[in-house]
Amino acid sequence: MATTTVSPATRPLPTATGRPGAPAHPRRIVPTLVLLIGALYCLVPVAWVVIASTKSNSELFTTFTFAPGSGLWDNLRDLFSYGGGQFAQWALNSLIFAGFGSVACTLISTMAGFALAKYTFPGRQIVFYAILGGVLLPGITLAIPQYLLMSEIGLAGTYWSVLLPSLISPFGIYLARVYAGAAVPSETMEAARIDGAGDARVFTAIALPMLVPGMVTIFLLQFVSIWNNFLLPFIMLSDERMYPLTVGLYTLLSKGSGTPSLYSLAIIGAAVAIIPLVVMMLVLQRYWRLDLISGGLKG
Amino acid sequence: MSAETTAAPLERRTRRRQRARWVAPYTFLLPAGILFIAFLAIPMVYALYLSFRGLRVTGDGPFGIQEETWVGLSNYVATFTDPEFLAGFGRLAIYGVIAVPVTLGLALTFALLLDLPRVRGARFARTAIFIPYAVPGVVASLLWGFLYLPSTSPANWLLGQLGLPELVVLEGGILFGSVANIAIWSGVGFNMIIIYTSLRGIPGDVYEAARIDGASEWDIAYRIKIPLVGPALVLTGLFALIGTLQVYGEPTTLRPMTNAISQTWVPLMKIYRDAFVRDDLSLAAASSVVLALGTLVLSVLLLRITQKRTFGES
Repeated sequence: MATTTVSPATRPLPTATGRPGAPAHPRRIVPTLVLLIGALYCLVPVAWVVIASTKSNSELFTTFTFAPGSGLWDNLRDLFSYGGGQFAQWALNSLIFAGFGSVACTLISTMAGFALAKYTFPGRQIVFYAILGGVLLPGITLAIPQYLLMSEIGLAGTYWSVLLPSLISPFGIYLARVYAGAAVPSETMEAARIDGAGDARVFTAIALPMLVPGMVTIFLLQFVSIWNNFLLPFIMLSDERMYPLTVGLYTLLSKGSGTPSLYSLAIIGAAVAIIPLVVMMLVLQRYWRLDLISGGLKG
Repeated sequence: MSAETTAAPLERRTRRRQRARWVAPYTFLLPAGILFIAFLAIPMVYALYLSFRGLRVTGDGPFGIQEETWVGLSNYVATFTDPEFLAGFGRLAIYGVIAVPVTLGLALTFALLLDLPRVRGARFARTAIFIPYAVPGVVASLLWGFLYLPSTSPANWLLGQLGLPELVVLEGGILFGSVANIAIWSGVGFNMIIIYTSLRGIPGDVYEAARIDGASEWDIAYRIKIPLVGPALVLTGLFALIGTLQVYGEPTTLRPMTNAISQTWVPLMKIYRDAFVRDDLSLAAASSVVLALGTLVLSVLLLRITQKRTFGES
């Protein structure tokens, strides 16, 4: 039976099955079944939050879990009017932190990775090991000393206190170095230099266009990691109007533990919070070059 | 650019070029370097400094004043002798023993299945399994929390309809499985994609000979594919390990839903409490240093044991 799904295979499929007389396309039931169970497991909570966000508070605790309710519009109205429109503010904050942070982080990481991959200079090894140490060091354990230092210089509680620490990503620099090493031929750089181009021009005109796929990957990874970050903004910020979505929803839920009326707010909030990111991932799926991550490994 | 220059300016220009060549890499590294020093190196050193300081009462009589002074290793002694901190590591170990192998095992299984020729629904499954990566940990905990909560759980609704007793998953031993499940759900897709892209990078003709020799897909997966994606497995294992030691958001988010999760359930929660609830910054700093160094040591050990030069040496 011929398959109709377009497989994303990059290598040609084998035509011989190795057993004469075997059908050319044996149906594989078990792999499909296992994969579908996995897909179901991953989609159930998402489906649940979408359905639960249509329920009014009373329906939430009385009707069957996967039966849609009648309260979607009320829930949305409550969500966006909560605390004088705080939710929209949180969403905007998340967008600012993740948007600006990941764009700047991508540029900074790319420049550093390019230098590490394409130049030999005194101190290169030290820099490289410092970055590896940074990759292995859990960033979260630094959040508290970072907060104390921010307090010292009077930045704690400002947008900068969340934005600045997220501009440095040792892993992003590592990926940029791997990618620059693979994608930018030294001969091309040398040729441009002979033509009289300076280092800055070699970088902007020659290297950057070649580095775009890698940069997109670093950008996406960093965007998701800033968007999903909880502890850093949780520690740094005290003004509710500056919270990103993660911290905002958390405070909503902890307030709601005594008042179930806030449950439906937390649920609709979660639904609205994940939809844009899921859409972004699906749209940009083609641009993920995660082979970078394992491509930098030596087997 | 044309090279219509006389000898002298050319020489000058070459010299300037060479100086520029020497300066260039440092210029490219400057922004990252400044940020690295400001937000990674200095906080680390500052945490170390704080961890050796503490409030001690100085002066005589009942009206001694509290002053911050050098206290040597006493914060570290307090960290290692604190039963709550050690218990937190114990809970973390149970959680990790569940979360890490299951996440990696599922990720590897799904990646190998996706890599089989002619599997229906592979594309849909790949996308669906990857979606949780886009869901923040706090939101994931909130979703699962509601699925666990007896009053909103679909499993309990069914059990209730059948007149069976409720299932309680946020208490006792099963709690570890419930918290680990959130991490597994969040992590499987991303790890699967890393292993899958690594599988995709293997040239197909490697399998051809094996297929002609009559090897089954199972043999190929077990004898050829898994050894070849070893480095990807090491890397995903490393990230899973680092992620495990940093668990904070998930149990913290679940706390309002159950009494079984204390304020100090995992080490990072206790560090947070010491720093912000009890204002004992020195103890929090010492515990942070212990946690960071522990992570570093475990990571290096893992890389050593696997004997792979995982990070390509320049």
